[in-house]
Amino acid sequence: MYDTIIIGAGMSGLAAGIRLAYYDQRVCILERHNTIGGLNSFYRLRGRDYDVGLHAVTNFTPPGAKRGPLARLLRQLRFQWADFGLAPQIGSAIAFPGVELKFGNDIELFEAEIARQFPGEKDNFRRLLQRLVDYDDLNPAHFEMSGRQVLDETIGDPLLREMILCPLMWYGNAAEHDMPFGQFCIMFRSIFLEGFARPLAGVRLILRNLIRKFRALGGELRLRSGVARIKVEGGRAVGVVLDDGRELQARRILSSAGLVETLRMCEDLTQADDQRGGRMSFVEAISVLDRQPQQFGHDRTIVFFNDSDQFHWLRPDELCDVRTGVVCSPNNYAYGAGEGLPDGILRISALANYERWAGLSEDQYRLEKLRWYDRLVESSVRFVPDHRSYVIDTDMFTPTTIRRFTWHNNGAVYGAPEKRFDGTTHLENLFLCGSDQGFVGIIGAIVSGITVANKHCLKD
Amino acid sequence: MTPAEIRTEIISILEDIAPDEDLTSLQDDVPFREQIELDSMDFLDIVMELRKRHRVQVPEADYAQLASMASTVKYLEPLMKGA
Repeated sequence: MYDTIIIGAGMSGLAAGIRLAYYDQRVCILERHNTIGGLNSFYRLRGRDYDVGLHAVTNFTPPGAKRGPLARLLRQLRFQWADFGLAPQIGSAIAFPGVELKFGNDIELFEAEIARQFPGEKDNFRRLLQRLVDYDDLNPAHFEMSGRQVLDETIGDPLLREMILCPLMWYGNAAEHDMPFGQFCIMFRSIFLEGFARPLAGVRLILRNLIRKFRALGGELRLRSGVARIKVEGGRAVGVVLDDGRELQARRILSSAGLVETLRMCEDLTQADDQRGGRMSFVEAISVLDRQPQQFGHDRTIVFFNDSDQFHWLRPDELCDVRTGVVCSPNNYAYGAGEGLPDGILRISALANYERWAGLSEDQYRLEKLRWYDRLVESSVRFVPDHRSYVIDTDMFTPTTIRRFTWHNNGAVYGAPEKRFDGTTHLENLFLCGSDQGFVGIIGAIVSGITVANKHCLKD
Repeated sequence: MTPAEIRTEIISILEDIAPDEDLTSLQDDVPFREQIELDSMDFLDIVMELRKRHRVQVPEADYAQLASMASTVKYLEPLMKGA
């Protein structure tokens, strides 16, 4: 009998596991995939290491900072700042036709860029920052307000509105077209007010530290152990049945599988409402280059691009929509002296439709991956230097890859649009953490695991 | 435990929870929150560490008693007498 069974060995499940094991609970993390990390995982292909998910750790604050989610999670998990090995970004940009706004880990650069390119909007942007300060986390009506509406009320130039929204949607909006103002504030802070960083070794460094700590505290991790069913007796979860039929018992269950995905496992529910699931999914074209990006004039860490004045954040009807995308170069972080990645790497994400990708035959799937890799890169070189002649290896991940790592419906990267901030479900001892509890990104997911573990799993 | 021993133990817990804080100049009669950066998660950890290290249970209704060092020591003294 476990005190707590945690479903999913992603960032949130591992963080929750550390908290509970630290306070002497018998904890078991069950992971369906053959590796840990969930959305933020890694793999090896033809002798090279690749990250899934991680472009950047957002919410970056420098060592010694006492406030903000990063400082908070380090304290809660008893890590030192250096354990995450974070190197700050060099600098990023939002690129629309004919206009580029640079930004970095200090809001002053972004403000100066706006003042230079949208001189009439300088004071409006200050007013937007004030709206963020005034935003009340504890007031649900504030959260649900339309982010677009707040922008309409504060920023006069429609182009600037779209440019501000573009990175915020890309890095954390589960809903289509608009985003709740609460999510807008969370994303704005994590991207523009705090900022980007990355460990030299990528996401595996963070995962390795999390899993080591979890195991050292006596926590148990079982890979290839998908949960088929959550057993329910008298309104309480009593345990789980694994895909292979084995049963495990627990006093409570904490699931990072997603709201709909978790409800569907509960044997007391005959159907879970699939309509509530998210459907924003991505493809990513990964190019390994024979030189560092800075050698051909690409010095940006992340470039969010969009090829018209209107930013369309919708699931495409086709396999992909490459009108907007994100170009990430893991080379362009300020690593320590003499440190760096051996190859140049560019990762380019675009919007994608899970059902279309999942419906392809194996041969078609291979072909479409090649076809969309070309289209996506072609779209991106309108905004970053053309790097196609330097490519020495490529890979492409699709919504079905994301599904395999996360088990999210529709390969929905940020989960469902409707969040469960209190982490509760219809069962008194079944709780949610991870993207459907509300926080996204690596730091957000870890904070989610900590918050739900503290609130529901520690106090009895 | 004597009040002095309890105080030492609380300092040790705070060092664990907030390793970056300088606790040498901590004033006992001033609330923790006014001197060091502690949020509600950190307060939960004080409670949890007491339970882990000394099997002392602090019910949620009594969390307010842990506002300052002086009030914490006073609150814990009868609970940790035999410890």
